[in-house]
Amino acid sequence: MDRTVVISGLGTVCGLGVGVASLWDGLCAGRTALRRIQRFDPSGFSTRLGSEARDFSGARDWVPKSYRKAVKVMARDIELAVCAAKCAVEDAGLVTRGTLPDDSTAGTTYAGSRMGCQIGAGLIAAEADELTAALATAATPDLKLDHSAWGSARGGKGAMNNLPPLWLLKYLPNMLACHVTIIHGAEGPSNTITCAEASGLLSIGESVRVIQRGDADLCFSGGAEAPINPMRLLRWEIIGRLAPTGDEDDGSRLVRPFDPASRGSLLGEAGGIVILEDRESAAKRGARVYAQVAGFGAAHSSPGDMIGDAGSGMDDGFQFAIENALADAGLSAGDIDAIVPHALGVPAVDAGEAGALRAVFGPRLEAIPIVTISPNVGDALAGNGGLAAAVASKCLAEQRLPARVHAGTPANGLQAGASESRPARLRHILVASGAIGGQNAALILRAC
Amino acid sequence: MGRRVVITGMGWVTPLGHDVASVWQRLLRGESGVGPITRFDATTYSTNFAAEVRDYRVEDFIQRPEAHRHAGLNSRFALGAAAQAWKQAGLDRFTGLNRRRMGIYLGAGEGQLDFDPFVATNLASWKADTRAINTVKWAEEAHRRLAGNREIEQEPNMALSHLAAQFGCRGPASNCLTACAASTQAIGEAFELIRHGDAEAMFAGGSHSMIHPLGITGFIRLTALSSRSDSCLTAARPFDQTRDGFVMGEGSGMLVLEALDHALARGGKPLAEIVGYGSSADAFRITDIQPEGKGAQASMTQALRQAGLDPRKTDAADRPLVHYISAHGTGTQENDKIETAAVRAVFGSLAPRIPVSSVKSMFGHLIAAAGAVELITCVQAILTGYLPPTMNLATPDPECDLDYVPNKARDERARGVDLCLSNSFGFGGQNDTLAVRRFTA
Repeated sequence: MDRTVVISGLGTVCGLGVGVASLWDGLCAGRTALRRIQRFDPSGFSTRLGSEARDFSGARDWVPKSYRKAVKVMARDIELAVCAAKCAVEDAGLVTRGTLPDDSTAGTTYAGSRMGCQIGAGLIAAEADELTAALATAATPDLKLDHSAWGSARGGKGAMNNLPPLWLLKYLPNMLACHVTIIHGAEGPSNTITCAEASGLLSIGESVRVIQRGDADLCFSGGAEAPINPMRLLRWEIIGRLAPTGDEDDGSRLVRPFDPASRGSLLGEAGGIVILEDRESAAKRGARVYAQVAGFGAAHSSPGDMIGDAGSGMDDGFQFAIENALADAGLSAGDIDAIVPHALGVPAVDAGEAGALRAVFGPRLEAIPIVTISPNVGDALAGNGGLAAAVASKCLAEQRLPARVHAGTPANGLQAGASESRPARLRHILVASGAIGGQNAALILRAC
Repeated sequence: MGRRVVITGMGWVTPLGHDVASVWQRLLRGESGVGPITRFDATTYSTNFAAEVRDYRVEDFIQRPEAHRHAGLNSRFALGAAAQAWKQAGLDRFTGLNRRRMGIYLGAGEGQLDFDPFVATNLASWKADTRAINTVKWAEEAHRRLAGNREIEQEPNMALSHLAAQFGCRGPASNCLTACAASTQAIGEAFELIRHGDAEAMFAGGSHSMIHPLGITGFIRLTALSSRSDSCLTAARPFDQTRDGFVMGEGSGMLVLEALDHALARGGKPLAEIVGYGSSADAFRITDIQPEGKGAQASMTQALRQAGLDPRKTDAADRPLVHYISAHGTGTQENDKIETAAVRAVFGSLAPRIPVSSVKSMFGHLIAAAGAVELITCVQAILTGYLPPTMNLATPDPECDLDYVPNKARDERARGVDLCLSNSFGFGGQNDTLAVRRFTA
C-alpha cells in the first residue's frame, strides 16, 4: 500500500516578495507585480512589462557562508531555486546541513539519504553580456564567430578562454537541483524535469511517487525560472504568447484569464519549492501540515501546432491529466471545491483549458471558484507549479480564497472575474497546468 | 509489490549506425564512431573531433516527415530511434493500444542554438565601451534574424512533443535533463510509472547532441574533453591510465517499456525485464565527484535491492549474481577512478570477477542519451551472450583494477548473461543505475 504524502513547507520567491507570506498577503490584497521591466531596457520589445522579484537581491544571503563563492556560477534561475528551497526548509521547521553552522551535520531532521529533490527548470538563457564579451574577441566583420580565432590550438587565438572555465555549469538545468541538494545535504533521488510550464507540477507528481514508494521520506519539489531576460522575452513574443504593452503600466490590466479579449500573458520570475513529506514521518516530528496530496495525474495533448496550443478549443491532454488525477485520488469531479489552472490570459490556451475543465466538470464548472495568479505574478514557466501548489496549500490551510484581479470579463460564466478575498469551505483543490509542448499535469490537494 | 515491467522494443541512432543489430556487430568488433568534427570548423579547437551521427535521414524511419520539418536534431534522432522501437515491439501492427495508457519519459537535451543568427544578433548589439549588450538594439536585431519555429524547437520538451504527435501517445509525459544521467533516469522513472499503474506502456530513452560550437566550447573550458587530436580514433580510453577526458558523441536511444501482462495480452515479446532502479545525489560539489563514489554506491545499491540481489553473494556455480556492468566510464581521470572504487565498495571481493565495460570507448559520450543506448547494449548482451569491449585500454591504471573486457568482445554464450547493471552519473552529482534481467516467464 502506498504511503500518504503531505505538504509541510512552502517556499516562494516572486514579484510579490520573498517567502510564502508575502505571496499570500499580496494575492489576498489583490496586488500585482506586473510592472515595467527594470533589469534591462525593454523598449525594443512590444511587451515591456513583467514581474520581477525586486525584493530578492540574489542567493548570497540564502546559502551557508562557506557556499557563497558558488553563487557566482548560479544563473538567476538557480538563485531563485536556492532561495525558495531555503524558505521552504525554514517554513517546514527542518534542520538540514544548510541551516546549521558551516560543516556541521549534527542534529539534522533527516538523514541525507532519506531526502530527495525534484526541481523543474527551464531552458536557461546564457547571459548575453558575458557570452558576447567573449564572442566579440573572435568576431568577423560580417558578425559571425571566427572559429579559427575562437579555438586555442593549431594557430587559434584562444578567444574562447574569455569565457569563465565553469561557464557551462551556470546554465545546465539540473544545477537548480544540484545546488539545493548540496546546500541541504539531500542525497536521495534527485531529478530535473524540463517541460516548460508543466515542469513544476510534474516534479511535484514525481516527488509524490518517490515518497509513496518509500525511496525518500521528504522531497524538495517544485521549480524555478527567471524568464525576464531578452532571449525569453523575444521567444515568447515571436510565438505570440505575450500581451503588447501599449501605454499600459499595470500588467494586471492586460492579463485577463479566460477572457477572449485578453491580449496575452506576461512573464514573471519565480521560484516555488514545497516540502513534501511522508505523513507518518511528518507526524512523528510534529510538523505543521498544510495539506495532503490526494492524487496526481499527467497526460500529453493531441498535437495542435508544435507549440501545443489546442486548435479545437478543447485541450484533451489537460482533460486526461485531470481525469487521471481524480482516478488516482479516488475522487469524482463533484469533490473538487476550487481550481488553480494555468489561466495564462492567452485566449487560445485558455480556451483549451476551459474546454477541458467543462468536459470534466460539466455544468457545475460555473459554481467552482477559480484561483488565478497570472494577473499578479505573471507566467513563471517552470516556476509556476511550485507557486500554484503553495497557493493551493495556503487556501486549504486558511480555508480562504485569495482575491482575483481581472480587468475584463471571463467567458462562459467561469468564476474567474475580479473578486475580493473571502473565507471558503475547501476540502479538495485541483491544481493543473499544461505546457507549450503539450505536456499536462494535475495535482489534487486535500485539507487536513 | 508493483507490476513487472519488460522491454519489448529498442531502437537507436548512433555514431556507428542506426539499427540495433548491425551496430551491435560493430561494437563487438570494437569499431570507433569518432572522427573530425564536420558540423562547424573546429580546426583550432583544442578538441576538434567527436563521434557524429552520419548519413541519418529521419524520413527513412517515419511516414509524414513533413509534420516534423522544423524539428531540431534531438527530435529527429528521437523519432528515428522511437520508430525502430515501436516496430520491434509490434506496436505498428497492434490496433488495440489505449493511447491514454501509453506515456513517454525522455531524457532529451536542450536543442541547439540557431547559431549564426544568434551570434550576429549579439555582436550587432554589443557596445565595446560599456561591455554590455544594448538591449534595444538586440531586440531589433533579434526580431529580424531569429525565427519562432527555430527558437521554440530548442526547448528540451520538444522531442516529447514530436514523439507524442507521431505515435499518438496521450499518457503521462515528462522530460528530465539531469546531464549525463538523464536517459537512465528517464527509463527508471518510466519503469516506476508503469509499476505504479500510471501507464501500461511507455516510450523511454533519450536524445542529445552537443556537437555545436558552444557545446564543445563549454566542455573544453571545463577540461572534460580528450584533446588527443592526433589520434582521435583512440582518444576515448576509459579506464586506461593515459585517459584525458571524454569524446563527445550524439544520438538517441529509445525503448518501449510495458507492463508484463499488457505485453503478453497483445502478443508482445519481452526482450528483457527491468528489475531495479536506483537514483541518488552526491550532494557534494558541482564540479567534483564525491571521492568515495558514495552517490554511485547508493544508486547501485538501491537498484540491486529492488532487484532482490545481494551483491556479495554468488550463485550455485560460484558466479557473481551480476554478470555485466555497463559503466558510466567516461574516460575522465576522476570518473573512472571513482566509479571503480564505487563498484569495489558495493561488490567487495567479488568486484574483480564482474566484467565492466564502457561502450563510450566506441560511441563517444552521448550525454543525455548515453544511458539509453547503454541499456540497449545490456539487453543485447543478454540476448546474444556477448559482452562489448572497452576499447583503447592499453595502459592499465593501478587505480582502475577491475575486469574491463579490454579491447576484445567476450563470448559468454556458454554461461549466458542474465543480469546487467547500467550506470549513469551526471555533472552536478545526480546518479542513476538500472538493473535488467533475462526475461523468464
